[in-house]
Amino acid sequence: MELTVILLLPAITSALSLSAIGRRYAAPITLVSAVVVLVLATVVAWHAAYAGRIDALDQWLTCDALGALVLVLVAVVSFTAALFSWGYIVGHRGHHSEAEIQRYYGLYNLFVLSMLAVPLLANVALMWIAVELTTLLSAFLVGYEDTPEALEAAWKYVVLTTLGAVLALLGFLILYWGSRVAGYEPFTWQGLVEAAPKMPPALLWPAFLLILVGFGTKVGLVPMHTWLPDAHSQAPASICALLSGVETTTVLYVILRLFPVIGVAQGLDARPWFIGFGLVSVGIATLLLIYVRDFKRMFAFSTVEHMGIILFAAGLGGVDAHLGAAYQMTGHAIAKSFCFFAAGMTAMTIGTQDIASVRGLIRSSPLAALTMAAGALAIAGAPPFAVFVSELAILKAGVASGQYAAIALLSAFIVIGFCAVLFHVNRMVFGVPPAGTAIAIATPATCKATLALAAIPLLLIGIYVPGPLHDLLKAAALAMGS
Amino acid sequence: MNGSPYPVIAALDALTGALFLLTALGVVATRQVLASLQLFIVQSLLLTLSAVLLGIALESIHLFAVAVITIGTKTLMIPWLLRHTVSSEVYRTREIQRVLNIPTSLLLSAVLIVLAYVITNPLIGAVEVPFAAINLPLGVAAIFLGAFTIVVRREAVPQLLGLLAVENGVFFAGVAIVPSLPVIAELAAAVDVPVITLVMGLLTRQIHRRLGTTSVGELAALREH
Repeated sequence: MELTVILLLPAITSALSLSAIGRRYAAPITLVSAVVVLVLATVVAWHAAYAGRIDALDQWLTCDALGALVLVLVAVVSFTAALFSWGYIVGHRGHHSEAEIQRYYGLYNLFVLSMLAVPLLANVALMWIAVELTTLLSAFLVGYEDTPEALEAAWKYVVLTTLGAVLALLGFLILYWGSRVAGYEPFTWQGLVEAAPKMPPALLWPAFLLILVGFGTKVGLVPMHTWLPDAHSQAPASICALLSGVETTTVLYVILRLFPVIGVAQGLDARPWFIGFGLVSVGIATLLLIYVRDFKRMFAFSTVEHMGIILFAAGLGGVDAHLGAAYQMTGHAIAKSFCFFAAGMTAMTIGTQDIASVRGLIRSSPLAALTMAAGALAIAGAPPFAVFVSELAILKAGVASGQYAAIALLSAFIVIGFCAVLFHVNRMVFGVPPAGTAIAIATPATCKATLALAAIPLLLIGIYVPGPLHDLLKAAALAMGS
Repeated sequence: MNGSPYPVIAALDALTGALFLLTALGVVATRQVLASLQLFIVQSLLLTLSAVLLGIALESIHLFAVAVITIGTKTLMIPWLLRHTVSSEVYRTREIQRVLNIPTSLLLSAVLIVLAYVITNPLIGAVEVPFAAINLPLGVAAIFLGAFTIVVRREAVPQLLGLLAVENGVFFAGVAIVPSLPVIAELAAAVDVPVITLVMGLLTRQIHRRLGTTSVGELAALREH
């Protein structure tokens, strides 16, 4: 019941946003819908953590703990981003017409719907469609600003991630072939885990690689990441929060689902591939973090880094590492969306995204400075934020499993990334503002409210993980296989 | 095909596959945007033909559904959508500046086709499926050529057609390896392709209006400095 409503509500809200009602009320109804979805997602997660899997609609929809974790993260960020949009898109509307704002909300809700559908659709073929739709529905949101840069970013985003998704489709067709050969009919994750031991490895292995590389493009794994910093820096801040905070995680979730499938197959091992792709992504991302000149691009590269860390943790195997991965997914979604809200506010007040042009933010705009600093510390992994705790857990699990070389490299990369992010943000926040820096516009109240609300989980979950969340993370870690 | 239970259909399917691959090569090599679109339509018709041939041989109703959906979306709907989103000026465009010249592109294409045969060989050896030996390597070759098209062509519409050619390649392989794909997946794919075309067509229109060009390969404002 909850699962069906979670998918129906954004669809209805999208239609309402595009109708005559949406002309005045698109922002508030989107917000109300996001709150209801968040409440329902929490109920589903509660159930998934304590009572196990939920099925709905004659088993077309299903949700276990790992799916519920992704569901809740999408719901949280789509709520904060909806609140931020109110001030950012409607309040500070620039050259955009009313119709364009309505279209923004229509697509916003559909984009959220496609992300919510990924962890809920039981049939793997339908889930592939949902992933593909996340790209297609967000393309115009990426290009919303209608600048040459934004359109270039939107084009690259669609071409490369769709190409990746089509490669992944071949992977899924081969998986289906394999499960038919093994004599299994239902094309679900559960069915695949059951079929995997009987599947010919010659089929399972190319399917795995096609999906890893194909969907890895959308996750932003190096070397398929080239579109990501463009799209994640040119989209409006509210959309960046969704793209970077949860869209990447939603697709990474699909790749993580393959881990238990490969784990039970004969003679195959996904671990070296996860660790390899993870390390390369983290390494290249931290190097790019040093040279970056645009602060939204900086947060985008940090997303590539975090996706690499999560994939690495998944590849280590074992409940401890997987718990670290689940915790890192949570910490990343909350901190990264916060960073983009702060970056959006900074860009709004200063009028540029260029790091070198921003100095002494603490004097010209204390609120932007404070949130930028907090966001940067949280995402770089300073204590007492969640990313620090999860990265420590992952490193500990890696040492326990004896992967010393990989862990040494990962630690070095994380430290470089940490220093790079803090170096850039330090230069922006402190120092003397260049002459002529004027505060362009007053920050809309809903944007301030978003930052205040989003700061609560940001500050809290590193210090205190509520019991139910811990149980959800634990159950999600178990669902990732061992 | 030694010992194939369907010698005539296998021969016809192989012929269809060869022509299918030729159209993929054509999309790599043509300069004219309109000609690329026509080649893509021919390619989709050949995919339909292969689905029908396999449908007859394997007595699979699903493959006839694939054929109907392919005809409907790829040969009717896509040209219609493109005509209504992208201005006719774009179709008259000839690409003078390519990333690679045509002989080099074709030479690399040949390498990609050989590669497709090499990498699909273990799959065909692993499981005996009629027609997989024809359709799987040719489908993978078309995937490579479609992706290669995206790399070498700078115009927006040929890049879109390259992407759709990759999709055709996946389905060309798909009809042989999973002839019983659930209808729901086929229908979903039928929705996906027109949506890709609509989104990219509208984006092309927006780029044309805003920047006065559709040569998306030359857009390079965003990069690390």
